[in-house]
Amino acid sequence: MTATPLLSVQNLTIDYIGAKFDFRAVDDVSFDIASGEVFGLAGESGCGKSTIAYAINRLHKPPALIRQGRILFEGKDVLDLDDKALREFRWHKVAMVFQSAMNSLNPVLRVEAQFHDLLKRHRGYSKAQSRERAAEMLRLVDIPPERMRDYPHQFSGGMRQRIVIAICMTLDPKLVVMDEPTTALDVVVQREILQRIDELRRSRGFSVLFITHDLGLMVQFCDRIGIMLRGNLVEQGTSDQIYHRPQHDYTKQLWASFPSLHGDPFRLERASR
Amino acid sequence: MMVQEPIIALDHVSKSFGRGDKVVRAAHDITFALHPSRTVALVGESGSGKTTCARLVMREHQPDSGRILFRGRDLSDTGAVGLKEYRRAVQMIFQDPFASLNPAHTVDFILRRPLTLGQPHLKGRAVDETIADLLRRVELDPGAVVHKHPHELSGGQRQRINIARTLAMGAQVIVADEPTSMLDVSVRLGVLNLLNEMKRDLGVALLYITHDLATARYIAEDILVMYAGQIVEWGDVHQVLTNPQHAYTRLLLSAVPDPGIRFDDPGARLDPRAVDVIRREARLLQDRVVEIGPNHFTRQAA
Ligand SMILES: Nc1ncnc2c1ncn2[C@@H]1O[C@H](COP(=O)(O)OP(=O)(O)O)[C@@H](O)[C@H]1O
Ligand SMILES: Nc1ncnc2c1ncn2[C@@H]1O[C@H](COP(=O)(O)OP(=O)(O)O)[C@@H](O)[C@H]1O
Ligand SMILES: [Mg+2]
Ligand SMILES: [Mg+2]
Repeated sequence: MTATPLLSVQNLTIDYIGAKFDFRAVDDVSFDIASGEVFGLAGESGCGKSTIAYAINRLHKPPALIRQGRILFEGKDVLDLDDKALREFRWHKVAMVFQSAMNSLNPVLRVEAQFHDLLKRHRGYSKAQSRERAAEMLRLVDIPPERMRDYPHQFSGGMRQRIVIAICMTLDPKLVVMDEPTTALDVVVQREILQRIDELRRSRGFSVLFITHDLGLMVQFCDRIGIMLRGNLVEQGTSDQIYHRPQHDYTKQLWASFPSLHGDPFRLERASR
Repeated sequence: MMVQEPIIALDHVSKSFGRGDKVVRAAHDITFALHPSRTVALVGESGSGKTTCARLVMREHQPDSGRILFRGRDLSDTGAVGLKEYRRAVQMIFQDPFASLNPAHTVDFILRRPLTLGQPHLKGRAVDETIADLLRRVELDPGAVVHKHPHELSGGQRQRINIARTLAMGAQVIVADEPTSMLDVSVRLGVLNLLNEMKRDLGVALLYITHDLATARYIAEDILVMYAGQIVEWGDVHQVLTNPQHAYTRLLLSAVPDPGIRFDDPGARLDPRAVDVIRREARLLQDRVVEIGPNHFTRQAA
């Protein structure tokens, strides 16, 4: 790991403000992501993963309130960015892929126009320049570039999710935040997409914050993993540690809570009693 | 192997939707049987035809061709099997535990109706007690949930109510269509174990539909691997998963998340072009059945 991490989340605490009481969704969470690293956040639904992802992108809105903490990106606090700096930050530095991102493409725009939107706004590209960049990005995610003339509905869910990932990588961000990017997809499609991202992060050197509830998948893909439980980061370690030597009871419990393809299938019946 | 008569048997059943060049072969030449105290897992990716098979079993679709037998009687013979009798015996549990429970009704009401319809001899206190027994059976505390409405329960609790309701109806066959995919990981196993107990203790025949091979292995004796409307491989779950013969079964197995294999292991890489070839070939009609072992079969293009 390098001296300055790409991203350093420090003592992050986020509440959802309510009429009667506030709900602490993220409680004093700290972790670093190094340049080129894939860091995973695992935990059950409601434990605060998406709340953290939104905050890193400065996409959190009321009733979410950051009570405490810092989100340092290349040493600068994201929470201090003014509007202009924020525009520079999003897409250029950090891009985000949501679980339902495949449904977030504009249905009435051809794929090439969705690339052009971004490239014109941020880089002042002409249509021809955007088309060239779009072709390059689509090839990276195994989509034939000639299909950029098609509309989103002409693609399968897996292909749409790949297009979103290609758009996210268009401005060469240093960090891609992926919040359950493949949960809605089939395992073969999921594997193809994540395997591609793994190759790309090695060749292009970006970091990934990868969020899922599938611990097995997480170990396959991530360098390091943090385990969340009700807003708290209860354990973090290398994938190898989390898999072979989990320390926290909750991590052990998560491992025991789903069947695997190998080993004694009846182990779990006992474990879940 | 199986000496006992099946409760339900599908015999070369096919079902298509649409017409002309828009026709979708949703289920083609489907043959399998459900036996008391046994679980068949039907696995495949979305769109492969799993729910179509479930709806055929539920008599919500009519087969275009082939027969469905209920205790040996052909469902298409008029009058052979009454719809009422069938609907009581064959029950479905859906993916979304909320959609199938009427939000206006309490748990008590949800269970009382099928009980009194199915077992009219039950009266008064006996009904209350049977409801409490059913709730305990699905590991819920009767006192805590009986007066609640569905929205006051968690997803896992709702799915347990759905299971209790199928039992209240007197189900002999349960068709569970991805029953845990919308539940939190920590409660999934509990629901699976419960279905397993229904099978073991009450002799229910279970058709468990999933896209997850690991849970199929956990809960089922037999497995059917479906792709593009065809069952490409089937038989004893351990045989099929340890000695897969069809290229699509192998592909599916290799893509299951496995913490023992890292994406950067050279041997782990799925070649996207090879995947496309497997998909394209598995979409072709495969009319030749090949026997691999006593309870293990696959299909090939003729
Ligand atoms: N807009 C909101 N208002 C109030 N509570 C919220 C809001 N968004 C999320 N929460 C709560 O915050 C907690 C964490 O949510 P989230 O970050 O979405 O979890 P995860 O992504 O791990 O499933 C949950 O208990 C959720 O109910
Ligand atoms: N009622 C219907 N009308 C038209 N097409 C349908 C209908 N039901 C299913 N299909 C099509 O049949 C195929 C199989 O669908 P389904 O049985 O729902 O698959 P699965 O449950 O495995 O996802 C899909 O291509 C689907 O679009
Ligand atoms: Mg989330
Ligand atoms: Mg389905």
